[in-house]
Amino acid sequence: MSHHAILEEQQAFGEKTLIVEPKHIVDLCRHLKAEEKFVRLSAVTAVDWHPATPRFEVIYHLHSIERNQRLRLKARLDDGQPAIDSVCEVWRGADWYEREVFDMFGIRFRNHPNLQRILMPIDWEGHPLRKDYPVHGYKYSYPSE
Amino acid sequence: MNRPLDEDRVATLKAPVAEPENPSAPRLMTLNMGPQHPSTHGVLRIMLELEGETIRKAQPDIGFLHTGIEKECEQKTWQQAVTLTDRVDYLANLSNNLVYALAVEKLLQIEIPPRAQWTRVMMAELSRLNSHLVWLGTHALDIGAMSVFFYCFREREDILRIFEMFSGQRMMTSYIRIGGLALEPPRGWQTAVGKFIRAFPSKVDEYEDLLNSNPIWKRRTQGVGFISLEDMLDLGVTGPMIRGAGLKWDIRKSEPYSSYEKFDFEVPVHTENDVYSRYRVRLEEMRQSARIIRQALEGMPEGAWHADAPKVVLPDREKMKTQMEALIYHFKIVTEGFRVPAGEVYQCVEAPRGEIGYYIVSDGTSKPYRIHMRTPSFANVQALPVLLKDTLIADSIAALGSVDFVLGDTDR
Repeated sequence: MSHHAILEEQQAFGEKTLIVEPKHIVDLCRHLKAEEKFVRLSAVTAVDWHPATPRFEVIYHLHSIERNQRLRLKARLDDGQPAIDSVCEVWRGADWYEREVFDMFGIRFRNHPNLQRILMPIDWEGHPLRKDYPVHGYKYSYPSE
Repeated sequence: MNRPLDEDRVATLKAPVAEPENPSAPRLMTLNMGPQHPSTHGVLRIMLELEGETIRKAQPDIGFLHTGIEKECEQKTWQQAVTLTDRVDYLANLSNNLVYALAVEKLLQIEIPPRAQWTRVMMAELSRLNSHLVWLGTHALDIGAMSVFFYCFREREDILRIFEMFSGQRMMTSYIRIGGLALEPPRGWQTAVGKFIRAFPSKVDEYEDLLNSNPIWKRRTQGVGFISLEDMLDLGVTGPMIRGAGLKWDIRKSEPYSSYEKFDFEVPVHTENDVYSRYRVRLEEMRQSARIIRQALEGMPEGAWHADAPKVVLPDREKMKTQMEALIYHFKIVTEGFRVPAGEVYQCVEAPRGEIGYYIVSDGTSKPYRIHMRTPSFANVQALPVLLKDTLIADSIAALGSVDFVLGDTDR
């Protein structure tokens, strides 16, 4: 498997991971779907490595039914304004997964058709799965009550 | 209260772009279905745009049952997080236990003895029966066949009694633990499971007698709820939905885990791709699950019910009273938990609703660094706009039921 977006290839526990260049993610996914038969996108998620840099990893789990193979793509993003191109145009199923990552980690997906919060209320502040987001505490105080 | 709007809030509050007025376009009525609607089986809200009685656009709104399980898992030790995996999907709790245990065991690289593996398979299949029974009962109830519900819950009660016998709990069993099982299978379990499984195939005949050639059932389900296989693959739909569209793909066969390769069973497939074919697929899956349970019962290997991993599995009570090491291990596991080597794995299993995949990242400490739960309902609910488009509102109830989602599983 060779593509200009692949930076590194790792193998662990019988699972293959490709570290990819974030700016070519759509290009690579289109290639993998068309040429390598990865017709399914199982999930998109992220990991926050706060305070390390680069802070975020966006993870794509791909699956090929025909080849009975799974593949993990990993794109590393820096803190600040983390953003990556949306793969919705390759797999429509990426839609909700990317919304979830946006909701939970605050990572933007460029060209996403409807990048809104999905699990948290629409006017929520902060991104709960970030490591610097507190587990305990009250969000609002009610001074008038 | 004047709080400054941060940039994210502005992004999320941004109103959707209004479509230009077209005087010849039909007038659509917006109908809000849910969040509390009996046929959504949980707390799902769907915004329907209707032209007469036909749904032109359906937009699901989820998140009402979001409880932050993934964040909570990061605060627990590896062993404590098992109890949270139960609560993801109350009908497939053992599948969730199993996938979590398998993933962590992959990171720990510990070997599970055959008896524990076979018991896990048996329990996972019992929970598949449990889930399909609840699905069949409530789905038939939605469409108007009330008696099926009572038949299904009669058998479900037997399964819950078996769960209680094994684990002490009827629903949140947490029976499959990292390194094996929570408890040794109880004395006399063979009698209880044997009695149930000998009677079960004739019970499935009863459900089929009630429904298979029932003209009302057939007219409510045949040709209803079509969604093309390409759309389903693109949207990430898995499980009986996809097998009802003719794709023979089951993770138990394609990527066997927990010694499923040693069991003899078929993967039922139907090609009509409607509510009726999904019903047929699930009923045949119940027969196949019963076959697997029977094989597990008859061929159950002898031996240990947990791995030989003293740093991970709690020691026997008797040993703790006589052996210093056992007492030390017990103290260490209970007070600080065990450490899992740094790394990441993705493990998936075939749950009643489709592919459950846990992506687990460890940083080498005694708590999970990140757990992502790829739940089948999340992807299946995502397909609802395509599934419901251009169906009648009355048919949407049948179509929704055939997806068999659990909202806790969707929202986590």
